[in-house]
Amino acid sequence: MAFRNYILVCGGTACESSKANAIYEALLAECKAQGVADEVQVLKTGCFGFCEQGPIVKILPEDSFYVQIKPEDAKELIAEHVVKGREVKRLLYTKDCGRKHARVEDIEFYQKQFRIVLRNCGFIDPENIEEYIAREGYVALEKVLFEMSSDDVIAELRTAGLRGRGGAGFPTWMKWNFTRQAESDQKFIVVNADEGDPGAYMDRSTLEGDPHSVLEAMIIAGKTVGSNQGYIYIRAEYPLAIKRLEIAMAQAREMGLLGKNILGSGFDFDIEIRLGAGAFVCGEETALLASIEGKRGMPVPRPPFPAVKGLWGKPTVINNVETWANIAMIIVKGGDWFSRIGTADSSGTKVFALTGKIRNSGLVEVPMGTTLREIIYDIGGGIADGKEFKAVQTGGPSGGVITKEYLDTPIDFGSLTKLGSMMGSGGMIIMDEDDCIVDVAKFYLNFSVDESCGKCSPCRIGGRSLANLLEKISKGNGELADLDQMIEIGEAMKKASLCALGQTAPNPILSSLHYFRDEYLAHIVDKKCPAGKCKSLISYNILPDKCIGCTACARKCPVAAISGERREVHVIDQAACIKCGVCFETCKFGAIEVR
Amino acid sequence: MSIMKEENIFSKELIAFIEEWKEKPGNLIMVLHRVQEEFGFISRESADKVALMLDMPLATIYGVLSFYHFFKMVKPGEHNIQICLGTACYLKGGDALVDELTNLLGIELGGVTEDGKFSLEGVRCVGCCGLAPVISIGGEVFGKVTKDQLPGIISKYN
Repeated sequence: MAFRNYILVCGGTACESSKANAIYEALLAECKAQGVADEVQVLKTGCFGFCEQGPIVKILPEDSFYVQIKPEDAKELIAEHVVKGREVKRLLYTKDCGRKHARVEDIEFYQKQFRIVLRNCGFIDPENIEEYIAREGYVALEKVLFEMSSDDVIAELRTAGLRGRGGAGFPTWMKWNFTRQAESDQKFIVVNADEGDPGAYMDRSTLEGDPHSVLEAMIIAGKTVGSNQGYIYIRAEYPLAIKRLEIAMAQAREMGLLGKNILGSGFDFDIEIRLGAGAFVCGEETALLASIEGKRGMPVPRPPFPAVKGLWGKPTVINNVETWANIAMIIVKGGDWFSRIGTADSSGTKVFALTGKIRNSGLVEVPMGTTLREIIYDIGGGIADGKEFKAVQTGGPSGGVITKEYLDTPIDFGSLTKLGSMMGSGGMIIMDEDDCIVDVAKFYLNFSVDESCGKCSPCRIGGRSLANLLEKISKGNGELADLDQMIEIGEAMKKASLCALGQTAPNPILSSLHYFRDEYLAHIVDKKCPAGKCKSLISYNILPDKCIGCTACARKCPVAAISGERREVHVIDQAACIKCGVCFETCKFGAIEVR
Repeated sequence: MSIMKEENIFSKELIAFIEEWKEKPGNLIMVLHRVQEEFGFISRESADKVALMLDMPLATIYGVLSFYHFFKMVKPGEHNIQICLGTACYLKGGDALVDELTNLLGIELGGVTEDGKFSLEGVRCVGCCGLAPVISIGGEVFGKVTKDQLPGIISKYN
């Protein structure tokens, strides 16, 4: 049974896109070719999280962490590491200090992490139910079916203090309890896997790396609240996650863990996958339920809450993927164990997708209460390319910016809201000095405007007005009065919009106006974009003392706006310039200046 | 015209799928996904057919079709180029890729080249933020793309 080596190949979407599958095949082929196929097990796992260094291959038991692997490297890995027992040093992860030999526990990226949700991601083959079972999988379900009453389960969740990980942070035990107490002939369990925040992929990675953790939790919820039918609402854009869920469901059915008379307990539960179709608003629970019903995904006023009147008017428990992935561990290890992780206000961990101008992009899971600084600098390795940190946006289009003065804020639901941002689903976007705050606010606002369902006017009209004002400012036509108007519209949207999309859409503006008012003023009063991003407000100029007349820029200019003789100073015709920046990128002498 | 008709013949598998889902509540979106999977988009003729098969008003179908970004009502090019417009890709220059590609192909986002070879689509986060900026052509993902690489990538498909 035991193998000499286990080779784990990351099979998350990011690594898959960079040929993880070809690497997997190449490793298998090499094991055969070099006669060690019986001694080595090659596995494709879920996301390791360290996406920046992908594709990643980990070899156990040595725990060697090989990064940026190509299919061609397979031969050497097998010949050296497996056959001769020597690590292939050139492929090992190298830290900045240049020390090779990094094992997983040596890598800072993993040191401050604590994994509950991602406990199996990158450890097991997600397409094999036995590997999940070997890691305490379906133990919780057995407990719930045969040892615990519904009251016990809800009490355990209450002790744990688990709050919804989709954004709002509503206590999970309360949702379950409302549905349990509601009287109805039919109740539903729904997983919200409509991960809409652009720049976030926590839920996708969880489903790809450990689909059974979500299935098990759904069955537990079904037993607890008295439901026999669950739905997983997942983005159609996540084909790999859908495939792995389908495999997991089929395997669970075969083992009697899903379907009729689960484990002989007499309890029936089944699950169906429903595909989303690209609508951010469907992350809002009432809109999501409308979409499962096959309708346009428009929200309805709450109350009544879905817990009482949800899918097809029946009581429905709806939670986000990450929330579901916590449940089984809480049942196995106890609510008390869970409540000791994190902070008093927010227990447990949170998964973040750390992206943007950060050195180590990737998926990280930390205990609540970890500071932003620890995530960005200790885990993320700081800002890429030696640039200056400017701000971090949490909560995606619904959140706000947080500046460097607040980097020591411990992360929990309350503290982020106090700073004018929010926890959100886990997107964490790092911006550096080259990013224009007005431009970023415009990006998010345009997103929200595009995704507004149009049902309520505060969101439909307010969002459009805000986007127009930002456009005006970034074009250099802004007036001081626009700032007050934006605040007024934003506050109105927060109060009057029907759902969270409209209520939170102004956050990127309101928070950036609060922390970066100077930058707005620079656009409005000085007609300058300090980051050099807003094209209407910058001009490219050639510095006469630095230009040597090499003609490189003139040859590259797509609109022939640069003129000058060879070995003489060149000039940019400002009227013809389209500000594409090609000359700036081309010049090797630093002779082009952005003003 | 004859080509148009042929394109809208539902395969046996598609018809079987619709029959299977016909009685399930909330089936419309799943059926539309299946239709789009077969044709790459949902034509007026296909929508008509779905309306008949599900016994549903065409207006209801178009209400849903036009609401969701994922459903296409125009036939995409032979190679559909998706540019990720998620936040990470935007910060790392995704908008410059859009400019360059519209330039190279002479079409706007959402457009199809005259020869039907390429179409250009802006998408929300393909979930490879570590590889930003990202474009995806027919399922193949290209990460950390720079403007200079685009002509080379495109020529692979020409």
